[in-house]
Amino acid sequence: MTEVGVDRIFQALADQTRRDILGRAIQSGESVSVLSRHYEMSFAAVQKHVAVLERAALVTKERRGREQIVHTNRTTLRRAMTLLDAYEQLWIQRIDQITEILTITEGEPK
Amino acid sequence: MTVISTHKDAENLTLTVVAEFDATPEDVWEVWENPRKLERWWGPPTFPATFTRHDFVVGGESRYLMTGPEGETPRGWWRIDAIDRPRRLDFANGLAGDDGEPVQGMEPTSAYMILEAVGDTARMTAVTHFVDVEQMNLLLGMGMQEGMAQAIGQIDGLLTSSRSRA
Repeated sequence: MTEVGVDRIFQALADQTRRDILGRAIQSGESVSVLSRHYEMSFAAVQKHVAVLERAALVTKERRGREQIVHTNRTTLRRAMTLLDAYEQLWIQRIDQITEILTITEGEPK
Repeated sequence: MTVISTHKDAENLTLTVVAEFDATPEDVWEVWENPRKLERWWGPPTFPATFTRHDFVVGGESRYLMTGPEGETPRGWWRIDAIDRPRRLDFANGLAGDDGEPVQGMEPTSAYMILEAVGDTARMTAVTHFVDVEQMNLLLGMGMQEGMAQAIGQIDGLLTSSRSRA
Protein backbone atom coordinates (compact mmCIF):
# COMPACT_ATOMS: atom_id res chain seq x y z
CA MET A 1 0.00 0.00 0.00
CA THR A 2 1.44 3.36 -0.99
CA GLU A 3 1.58 6.36 1.31
CA VAL A 4 -0.99 8.21 -0.81
CA GLY A 5 -3.32 5.30 -0.38
CA VAL A 6 -3.00 5.38 3.38
CA ASP A 7 -3.65 9.14 3.52
CA ARG A 8 -6.85 8.52 1.60
CA ILE A 9 -7.88 5.92 4.11
CA PHE A 10 -7.53 8.34 6.99
CA GLN A 11 -9.44 11.06 5.19
CA ALA A 12 -12.20 8.61 4.39
CA LEU A 13 -12.37 7.45 8.00
CA ALA A 14 -12.59 10.97 9.38
CA ASP A 15 -16.32 11.23 8.67
CA GLN A 16 -18.99 9.79 10.97
CA THR A 17 -21.37 8.82 8.15
CA ARG A 18 -18.62 6.99 6.32
CA ARG A 19 -17.59 5.13 9.46
CA ASP A 20 -21.22 4.16 9.94
CA ILE A 21 -21.48 2.90 6.36
CA LEU A 22 -18.44 0.70 6.97
CA GLY A 23 -20.10 -0.78 10.02
CA ARG A 24 -23.33 -1.53 8.16
CA ALA A 25 -21.64 -3.04 5.11
CA ILE A 26 -19.21 -5.25 6.97
CA GLN A 27 -21.26 -8.40 7.36
CA SER A 28 -22.88 -9.35 4.06
CA GLY A 29 -22.78 -6.05 2.21
CA GLU A 30 -25.53 -3.48 1.86
CA SER A 31 -27.07 -1.79 -1.15
CA VAL A 32 -26.66 1.96 -1.57
CA SER A 33 -30.41 2.44 -1.51
CA VAL A 34 -30.81 0.55 1.78
CA LEU A 35 -27.88 2.49 3.23
CA SER A 36 -29.36 5.83 2.23
CA ARG A 37 -32.52 5.15 4.28
CA HIS A 38 -30.41 5.41 7.43
CA TYR A 39 -29.24 8.96 6.85
CA GLU A 40 -30.92 12.30 6.53
CA MET A 41 -29.34 13.02 3.20
CA SER A 42 -30.01 12.35 -0.45
CA PHE A 43 -29.23 9.12 -2.25
CA ALA A 44 -26.65 11.05 -4.27
CA ALA A 45 -24.94 12.30 -1.10
CA VAL A 46 -24.68 8.76 0.24
CA GLN A 47 -23.31 7.65 -3.12
CA LYS A 48 -20.63 10.31 -2.79
CA HIS A 49 -19.61 9.01 0.63
CA VAL A 50 -19.44 5.50 -0.81
CA ALA A 51 -17.25 6.79 -3.64
CA VAL A 52 -14.80 8.31 -1.13
CA LEU A 53 -14.65 4.97 0.67
CA GLU A 54 -14.15 3.15 -2.62
CA ARG A 55 -11.22 5.37 -3.66
CA ALA A 56 -9.58 4.58 -0.34
CA ALA A 57 -10.13 0.85 -0.97
CA LEU A 58 -12.22 0.69 2.20
CA VAL A 59 -15.20 -0.72 0.27
CA THR A 60 -15.82 -2.51 -2.99
CA LYS A 61 -18.99 -2.21 -5.04
CA GLU A 62 -20.72 -5.10 -6.72
CA ARG A 63 -23.51 -4.73 -9.24
CA ARG A 64 -26.48 -6.99 -8.52
CA GLY A 65 -29.26 -6.31 -11.00
CA ARG A 66 -30.23 -2.67 -10.55
CA GLU A 67 -28.67 -2.50 -7.13
CA GLN A 68 -25.12 -1.61 -6.15
CA ILE A 69 -23.98 -3.65 -3.18
CA VAL A 70 -21.32 -2.11 -0.97
CA HIS A 71 -18.89 -4.45 0.81
CA THR A 72 -16.49 -3.26 3.51
CA ASN A 73 -12.88 -4.27 2.90
CA ARG A 74 -11.83 -5.56 6.32
CA THR A 75 -8.15 -5.81 5.49
CA THR A 76 -7.76 -2.15 4.59
CA LEU A 77 -9.86 -1.00 7.51
CA ARG A 78 -7.85 -3.00 10.00
CA ARG A 79 -4.53 -1.69 8.81
CA ALA A 80 -5.58 1.95 9.19
CA MET A 81 -7.44 1.71 12.47
CA THR A 82 -4.80 -0.48 14.02
CA LEU A 83 -2.20 2.25 13.91
CA LEU A 84 -4.01 4.78 16.07
CA ASP A 85 -5.45 2.06 18.28
CA ALA A 86 -1.98 0.70 18.94
CA TYR A 87 -0.71 4.11 20.00
CA GLU A 88 -3.69 4.55 22.26
CA GLN A 89 -2.89 1.19 23.81
CA LEU A 90 0.73 2.23 24.33
CA TRP A 91 -0.34 5.40 26.19
CA ILE A 92 -2.76 3.49 28.40
CA GLN A 93 0.13 1.20 29.36
CA ARG A 94 2.35 4.21 30.00
CA ILE A 95 -0.21 5.79 32.29
CA ASP A 96 -0.53 2.55 34.25
CA GLN A 97 3.24 2.53 34.68
CA ILE A 98 3.37 6.20 35.75
CA THR A 99 0.68 5.46 38.34
CA GLU A 100 2.79 2.63 39.69
CA ILE A 101 5.86 4.86 39.97
CA LEU A 102 3.90 7.61 41.75
CA THR A 103 2.43 5.07 44.18
CA ILE A 104 5.74 3.41 44.98
CA THR A 105 7.69 6.62 45.51
CA GLU A 106 5.05 8.09 47.79
CA GLY A 107 6.42 8.54 51.27
CA GLU A 108 9.91 7.42 50.27
CA PRO A 109 12.82 9.78 50.70
CA LYS A 110 13.91 11.25 47.37
CA MET B 1 -5.41 6.94 38.63
CA THR B 2 -7.77 6.96 35.73
CA VAL B 3 -7.40 7.39 32.03
CA ILE B 4 -10.04 10.07 31.68
CA SER B 5 -10.26 10.03 27.91
CA THR B 6 -8.49 9.23 24.70
CA HIS B 7 -9.19 10.89 21.39
CA LYS B 8 -8.00 9.57 18.06
CA ASP B 9 -8.15 12.17 15.33
CA ALA B 10 -7.60 10.15 12.17
CA GLU B 11 -7.76 13.16 9.88
CA ASN B 12 -5.01 15.03 11.67
CA LEU B 13 -3.09 11.93 12.78
CA THR B 14 -3.23 13.11 16.37
CA LEU B 15 -3.70 11.11 19.54
CA THR B 16 -4.76 12.87 22.75
CA VAL B 17 -4.73 11.07 26.08
CA VAL B 18 -5.98 12.62 29.33
CA ALA B 19 -5.25 10.99 32.68
CA GLU B 20 -5.49 11.96 36.35
CA PHE B 21 -3.09 10.91 39.07
CA ASP B 22 -3.34 11.13 42.86
CA ALA B 23 -0.26 13.32 42.95
CA THR B 24 0.87 16.89 42.55
CA PRO B 25 1.83 18.28 39.12
CA GLU B 26 5.41 18.47 40.48
CA ASP B 27 5.40 14.71 41.19
CA VAL B 28 4.18 13.93 37.68
CA TRP B 29 6.70 16.35 36.19
CA GLU B 30 9.40 14.37 37.94
CA VAL B 31 8.55 11.16 36.00
CA TRP B 32 9.30 13.09 32.79
CA GLU B 33 12.40 14.92 33.96
CA ASN B 34 14.16 12.19 35.94
CA PRO B 35 15.54 9.67 33.41
CA ARG B 36 15.56 6.85 35.99
CA LYS B 37 11.82 7.36 36.43
CA LEU B 38 11.12 8.08 32.77
CA GLU B 39 12.63 4.78 31.67
CA ARG B 40 10.28 2.92 33.96
CA TRP B 41 7.24 3.98 31.94
CA TRP B 42 8.24 5.14 28.45
CA GLY B 43 8.57 1.67 26.94
CA PRO B 44 5.77 -0.91 26.84
CA PRO B 45 6.05 -3.52 29.66
CA THR B 46 7.66 -6.02 27.28
CA PHE B 47 10.07 -3.38 25.89
CA PRO B 48 11.55 -1.49 28.86
CA ALA B 49 13.44 1.67 27.95
CA THR B 50 16.92 2.74 28.98
CA PHE B 51 17.80 6.42 28.62
CA THR B 52 21.50 6.83 27.99
CA ARG B 53 21.16 10.59 27.71
CA HIS B 54 18.46 12.99 28.91
CA ASP B 55 19.47 16.60 28.53
CA PHE B 56 16.38 18.20 30.04
CA VAL B 57 16.78 21.78 28.83
CA VAL B 58 15.26 23.60 25.87
CA GLY B 59 17.09 22.35 22.78
CA GLY B 60 18.52 19.45 24.78
CA GLU B 61 18.35 15.93 23.41
CA SER B 62 17.82 12.44 24.75
CA ARG B 63 18.85 9.01 23.50
CA TYR B 64 17.17 5.79 24.52
CA LEU B 65 16.93 2.16 23.61
CA MET B 66 14.29 -0.38 24.40
CA THR B 67 15.01 -4.04 25.09
CA GLY B 68 12.56 -6.53 23.65
CA PRO B 69 11.86 -10.08 24.81
CA GLU B 70 14.17 -11.51 22.14
CA GLY B 71 17.01 -9.14 22.87
CA GLU B 72 16.18 -6.71 20.07
CA THR B 73 17.00 -3.09 20.91
CA PRO B 74 15.06 -0.49 18.93
CA ARG B 75 16.44 3.00 19.57
CA GLY B 76 14.93 6.44 19.69
CA TRP B 77 15.65 10.05 20.53
CA TRP B 78 13.97 13.16 21.92
CA ARG B 79 14.57 16.84 21.45
CA ILE B 80 13.07 19.21 24.01
CA ASP B 81 11.42 22.18 22.32
CA ALA B 82 9.87 24.04 25.29
CA ILE B 83 9.76 23.73 29.06
CA ASP B 84 7.32 25.44 31.40
CA ARG B 85 7.88 23.57 34.66
CA PRO B 86 5.63 22.02 35.98
CA ARG B 87 2.94 22.93 33.47
CA ARG B 88 3.98 22.10 29.94
CA LEU B 89 6.61 20.19 28.01
CA ASP B 90 7.01 20.19 24.22
CA PHE B 91 9.26 17.63 22.62
CA ALA B 92 10.05 15.77 19.41
CA ASN B 93 10.46 11.99 19.40
CA GLY B 94 12.08 10.12 16.54
CA LEU B 95 13.66 6.85 15.50
CA ALA B 96 17.39 6.30 15.89
CA GLY B 97 19.64 3.92 14.02
CA ASP B 98 21.87 1.19 15.44
CA ASP B 99 24.43 3.87 16.33
CA GLY B 100 21.81 5.52 18.55
CA GLU B 101 21.73 8.69 16.48
CA PRO B 102 18.62 10.10 14.73
CA VAL B 103 17.82 8.49 11.37
CA GLN B 104 18.61 11.18 8.80
CA GLY B 105 15.75 12.44 6.69
CA MET B 106 13.09 10.99 8.95
CA GLU B 107 10.77 13.46 10.64
CA PRO B 108 10.14 13.02 14.38
CA THR B 109 6.66 13.12 15.92
CA SER B 110 5.85 16.33 17.74
CA ALA B 111 4.29 15.96 21.15
CA TYR B 112 3.37 18.05 24.16
CA MET B 113 2.24 17.33 27.66
CA ILE B 114 0.21 19.62 29.90
CA LEU B 115 -0.18 19.29 33.68
CA GLU B 116 -2.90 20.93 35.75
CA ALA B 117 -3.89 20.59 39.38
CA VAL B 118 -7.54 19.54 39.61
CA GLY B 119 -8.55 19.36 43.25
CA ASP B 120 -6.14 16.90 44.89
CA THR B 121 -5.15 15.31 41.60
CA ALA B 122 -2.87 16.14 38.73
CA ARG B 123 -4.42 16.03 35.28
CA MET B 124 -2.04 15.17 32.45
CA THR B 125 -2.93 15.74 28.81
CA ALA B 126 -0.49 14.15 26.36
CA VAL B 127 -0.86 14.99 22.67
CA THR B 128 1.11 13.22 19.95
CA HIS B 129 1.03 14.39 16.35
CA PHE B 130 2.36 12.20 13.57
CA VAL B 131 3.69 13.52 10.29
CA ASP B 132 2.26 10.73 8.15
CA VAL B 133 1.09 7.16 8.30
CA GLU B 134 4.43 5.82 7.15
CA GLN B 135 6.01 7.31 10.26
CA MET B 136 3.35 5.78 12.50
CA ASN B 137 4.12 2.43 10.92
CA LEU B 138 7.84 2.72 11.54
CA LEU B 139 7.46 3.82 15.15
CA LEU B 140 5.04 1.00 15.73
CA GLY B 141 7.79 -1.37 14.70
CA MET B 142 9.35 -0.49 18.06
CA GLY B 143 7.89 -3.36 19.99
CA MET B 144 4.26 -2.64 19.52
CA GLN B 145 3.12 -5.92 18.03
CA GLU B 146 1.29 -6.96 21.17
CA GLY B 147 -0.62 -3.72 21.34
CA MET B 148 -1.51 -4.14 17.70
CA ALA B 149 -2.90 -7.61 18.24
CA GLN B 150 -5.12 -6.28 21.00
CA ALA B 151 -6.17 -3.36 18.86
CA ILE B 152 -7.26 -5.64 16.05
CA GLY B 153 -9.60 -7.40 18.44
CA GLN B 154 -11.03 -4.04 19.51
CA ILE B 155 -11.75 -2.99 15.93
CA ASP B 156 -13.99 -5.99 15.39
CA GLY B 157 -15.85 -5.01 18.54
CA LEU B 158 -16.18 -1.42 17.37
CA LEU B 159 -17.57 -2.43 14.02
CA THR B 160 -20.08 -4.78 15.60
CA SER B 161 -21.31 -2.13 18.00
CA SER B 162 -21.53 0.59 15.34
CA ARG B 163 -23.69 -1.78 13.32
CA SER B 164 -26.15 -2.52 16.09
CA ARG B 165 -26.36 1.14 17.13
CA ALA B 166 -28.54 3.46 15.04
